[in-house]
Amino acid sequence: MTGYIEPMLGRYVHVEIDREMHRIYFEENGAGIPLVCLHTAGSDGRQWRHLLADQEFTKTFRIIAFDMPWHGKSNPPANWTGEEYRLTTARYTQTVRAFCKALMLDKPVVMGCSIGGRIVLNLAIDHAAEFRALIGLEAADFQAPWYDTSWLHRPDVHGGEVCAALVSGLIAPQSPESSRRETLWAYMQGGPGVFKGDLYFYRVDGDLRGRVENIDTGVCPLYLLTGEYDFSCTPEDTMRTAAAIDGASVTIMEQLGHFPMSENPDRFRRYIAPVLDRILKQSTFTKQGEHA
Amino acid sequence: MTWLWRPASPKRTLRRPDVRAIDMPDRTVFRSLANLGIAGNACLKRITSAPNATDTAVIRAFAGIPALLEQAPALILCGRTLDCECLLGPIDHPFHVSIRGGRIIDLTPAPVLMRTWRFSYRASPAAWAEYWQPAPRPGWHDLLALTKREEATLEGDLHPFMTHLQYFKDVLALPRLQHSVVPA
Repeated sequence: MTGYIEPMLGRYVHVEIDREMHRIYFEENGAGIPLVCLHTAGSDGRQWRHLLADQEFTKTFRIIAFDMPWHGKSNPPANWTGEEYRLTTARYTQTVRAFCKALMLDKPVVMGCSIGGRIVLNLAIDHAAEFRALIGLEAADFQAPWYDTSWLHRPDVHGGEVCAALVSGLIAPQSPESSRRETLWAYMQGGPGVFKGDLYFYRVDGDLRGRVENIDTGVCPLYLLTGEYDFSCTPEDTMRTAAAIDGASVTIMEQLGHFPMSENPDRFRRYIAPVLDRILKQSTFTKQGEHA
Repeated sequence: MTWLWRPASPKRTLRRPDVRAIDMPDRTVFRSLANLGIAGNACLKRITSAPNATDTAVIRAFAGIPALLEQAPALILCGRTLDCECLLGPIDHPFHVSIRGGRIIDLTPAPVLMRTWRFSYRASPAAWAEYWQPAPRPGWHDLLALTKREEATLEGDLHPFMTHLQYFKDVLALPRLQHSVVPA
C-alpha cells in the first residue's frame, strides 16, 4: 500500500436522544483531553478534518467531530416518517450531552462553530460543570437575520445551490479557493430542509439574550473567537455577548469568516493554538493540584 | 471580558469606506452607453442627480460587465437556464439588464419608458467601489452583506435572483478582475 492514509478514524455510536435511538457518525484522532467539535448549520463534521489531522494538537487532545443527526453520515432516526426537521435548544443540548456520555468522555472541551457556537453558550449557562472548557467560534447570544430562511427549502429552488450561495459570502475573500469550494460543497450536499431546520434553533428558539450573564467562567472557562469577515455573527455581536460575561476571552480573527476551521485551516490554526495551549496548561495545573 | 487578541482598530468594520474613484479602463460599451455617466440621456437627467467622479467610474465599470461575462464561459454555464429582465447598478443610475441563457444581451441605463423588470439590486457607488476591491473590507465583500448594512436594496420578485444567487454574486463581482489577483 503506497497511498497516504490520514490518521483519523470514523465509526458509528448508537446514542439515545429524547427517547429515540440515533446512529451517529464520528471521526477521531489523538489521545489526551477530549475535544468535541460541533459543525455549523447545514454542514457536517468534515469541516474539522484539518484539526483532526493536526499532528501537534493530537499529541495532547483526543479530537472528536461528529455529524449531527440528519447531517453528513448520521441519518435521520429509523422511526422518522418525514415530518419537518427542526432543531431546538433542548434537543441540541441533549444531543451534545448524550454523545459525550455515550463515549464516556471525562470533562471534555467542546468547541462549536455558528450554531455550534450558540449551543456552547447554552452549555455554559446550564451545564458548565460537565465541561473542562468551552470554545465558541462565530458565537453570540443573538444575531440579526439577513435573509428569509424559507428560500432554503422549496421545490422551485435548488436547495444545495441556494444554501451554498447564501453562505458563500460569509467566507473571507483571502481564503484559499480550494478551501472555499470545499466548505461550500458540504452545503450543496445537505439534506432537504436540514439547513433551514438548523436555523430554527439559530433564529427562533435559541435566543440567549438576557441569559449569558449567568455564565460562570470560574466553573468552566469560555473562549470566543470570531472572524472579521463574518457578517452573520459579526465581531460586534460576539463582543457584545462577551461584554456580559465576566472572564470570557475574546479573539477577533483577521482575514477569516464564518467557517474558520475549513475556509482557511492554516490561518485558523494560528488563532486556536494559543487557546488549546491555555486549556492544556490549565488542565495540567488542575491535575497537579488534585494530586498534591 | 478579556482580550486574547484583537485587531488594532476593532471598530474598523463599522467605518464607511472612503468614497473614491476606481480606476477602470475604458471598454466596449453596449448599445446606448456611449456617453453614459457623463452626459446620460434626457430622462436620466430629469430623475437622477448628476454623477460625481465615483459615480462615473462605477457606471463605466457596470457598462463593462457584459464584455467581462463573455470572457467567463463557466459563469455563463451557471446561468444557462436563466432568462431575466432585472434592474442592477448604482442606486441613482441603474441599468435595465436583459439576460438570456446566462448572457447579458442588453444593458441600458434606466429609466426606459415602460420597461419592466422582475427584481432590482442597487447599491451605493461607494458600496460598488468597495465590493470591487481585490480584497473588500469586512461587511463590504458580499451582495447580502451590503443589504444587511443598508448600502444596497433588493426589491421585486426575488425568485430569479435566488435561483441564481451565486451567478449574480459572481457576475456583479466581475469588475474585480480589473485589479490585481488576491494573494492566498
